[in-house]
Amino acid sequence: MNTPARLSFTDVEVEYRSRGRGRVRAVAGVSLEVSPGQIVGLVGESGCGKSTLARAAVGLSAPSAGTVEYAGRPVTPLGWRPRSGAEVGLQMVFQNPYASLNPRRTIGSQLLDGVPAAVTGSARRARVHELLERVAMPTSAAQRYPHQFSGGQRQRLAIARALAPEPRMIIADEPVTALDASSQAQVVNLLVGLVRDLDMGMLFISHDLALVHEIADVTAVMYLGRIVEAAPTRELWREPRHPYTRALIDAVPQIGPTPRLPAILAGEVPDPANAPTGCRFRPRCPHAFAPCGEQPPTVDLGDRSVACWLTDSATAPTVARSL
Amino acid sequence: MAPLLDVDSLAVTLPSPRGPLPILHDVSLTVDEGELVGIAGESGCGKSLTAQTLLGLLPPGAAVTGSARYAGTELLGLDARGWQRVRGAGIAMVFQDPSAALHPMLTVGRQLTEHMRVHLRMDRRAAGRRAVELLDQVRIPDPERALRAYPHQFSGGMRQRVAIAIALAARPRLLIADEPTTALDVTVQAGILALLERLRAETGLAVAFITHDLGVLSALTTRGYIFYAGRVVETGPTGSLLTAPTHPYTAALLGARPHGTQTGATLRPIPGAPPAPGEAPPGCPFQPRCGYAEPSCGEAPPPLTPAGVDRSVACVVRPHLEVAA
Repeated sequence: MNTPARLSFTDVEVEYRSRGRGRVRAVAGVSLEVSPGQIVGLVGESGCGKSTLARAAVGLSAPSAGTVEYAGRPVTPLGWRPRSGAEVGLQMVFQNPYASLNPRRTIGSQLLDGVPAAVTGSARRARVHELLERVAMPTSAAQRYPHQFSGGQRQRLAIARALAPEPRMIIADEPVTALDASSQAQVVNLLVGLVRDLDMGMLFISHDLALVHEIADVTAVMYLGRIVEAAPTRELWREPRHPYTRALIDAVPQIGPTPRLPAILAGEVPDPANAPTGCRFRPRCPHAFAPCGEQPPTVDLGDRSVACWLTDSATAPTVARSL
Repeated sequence: MAPLLDVDSLAVTLPSPRGPLPILHDVSLTVDEGELVGIAGESGCGKSLTAQTLLGLLPPGAAVTGSARYAGTELLGLDARGWQRVRGAGIAMVFQDPSAALHPMLTVGRQLTEHMRVHLRMDRRAAGRRAVELLDQVRIPDPERALRAYPHQFSGGMRQRVAIAIALAARPRLLIADEPTTALDVTVQAGILALLERLRAETGLAVAFITHDLGVLSALTTRGYIFYAGRVVETGPTGSLLTAPTHPYTAALLGARPHGTQTGATLRPIPGAPPAPGEAPPGCPFQPRCGYAEPSCGEAPPPLTPAGVDRSVACVVRPHLEVAA
């Protein structure tokens, strides 16, 4: 395994078939990379395709076009066959730890499932204890059942389960959305610490922009199945180039000496079965102008990529600077 | 002028298989006419139970002491008929999850007009007209069509707007909103917050907004209460409360929160977990998790005492607190 354990999406599309709505393209052409040791934050409103992309990343749904590659090999859709050693390096942490742990089995036995077969005998138990220590849980947790823990503790146990097969890449789909402020901070710090200590990669999916801002090296903003802007987090926040990124940032309520309501973005995310033609953000965009009837290409600007006609020098009027 | 809602030394004890569990201790709070008041704290701190007490929704066997006066009427001890007059027409409530609050098999119109027909004794036609006005007020496009639609035909944000319209149907003077935007996207949340502020400005509606998000507390409300383990630990004008907290718990909550102002900083979690009801230590409930605790903190729960302009804090140590900007 000399290929770096990188996760790359190339022009990935995922379609669902639904009665009544026909084919729904939940992910409509996404290219994105997550390298070892890197945290990539993926943000966007509900219904924009974030979770579908996460499911495609681990093989829970098959892309209808494009490829998802992990460590240089395509990720195969999950089936009944055991996955190869390399693919097991890709693990997922789900939003709801109440659903991702089996209520009828002890924590220890669930963690044992994930411990590689190469570890044998008493070393397996020892590995379970190591995993529990890594997520700051007492080793006695191994004999207990999920219902005996709080939400934050349960999410830490779900993370231990994901760590059992010694992954190189973690997909975390809204891992702290269901948790309280103080346990949220504990779980986020744990995940960030793991990525730094074990040199793993992490795709961190969240609708909480402030949180992603705090932890992600790179932030990708998704809207209606497409990534509209991706950039190093600091630069994205300092100078958002896509109007949607701007709108999301402005909608985050801030603490200040006097009440100040966050800015409102008009309209709602359209149904992906009826996506607008041209730029998909156009109907809600305060800067929409004539060229937006065509789909904007994704333009690379150094380490940032933007899909907006405003950033195209040939078409951009002066509003781009005032954005 | 007396406040619209005046809660004084409220204490609630709930029955449990292991004996009575004290949940709320000595909670006092007020909401004025046309005021936006915030109530913040972690889950299990008693925020929602306070709301349930004010609507007479406590489970059977709950023991309540203290007083809660709404527009001069004592709420505690009301009979079923008395509660029915207060609920909906005096105090209304919006819950966190609009999908659970709305009946999935009744049209929006039916759910909207029921209140008006019962509380305002309106006939079908008048109620229908007001329903359209209400949906328009909460910015639901095409209100006539929306009346005939079912809840599942709306998005989460629209459903919460419908739930707010229903809460407002019988012209309440106080709206209790229990985490109404927690399940929503920030963009949708911004719309709901603006709606509540507009209703306050236009109709003089008072709102008690329960949240765990201090950013929302700051953006919307003018006065706030911080709850911990069933007690109010700090209160004051929201701006000064959150930019210059005097209780270590308020400061700790601020530190645990992503600020949206810097990258690469780690969040500072609060060590430990809040005590389960009935298991709070003697003395200050926050003391086991507090970095500033002194031996005297273990003696008795500190009372709320005045600290600065319109502010009170329940802390005997009153340490100097550093707050990250």
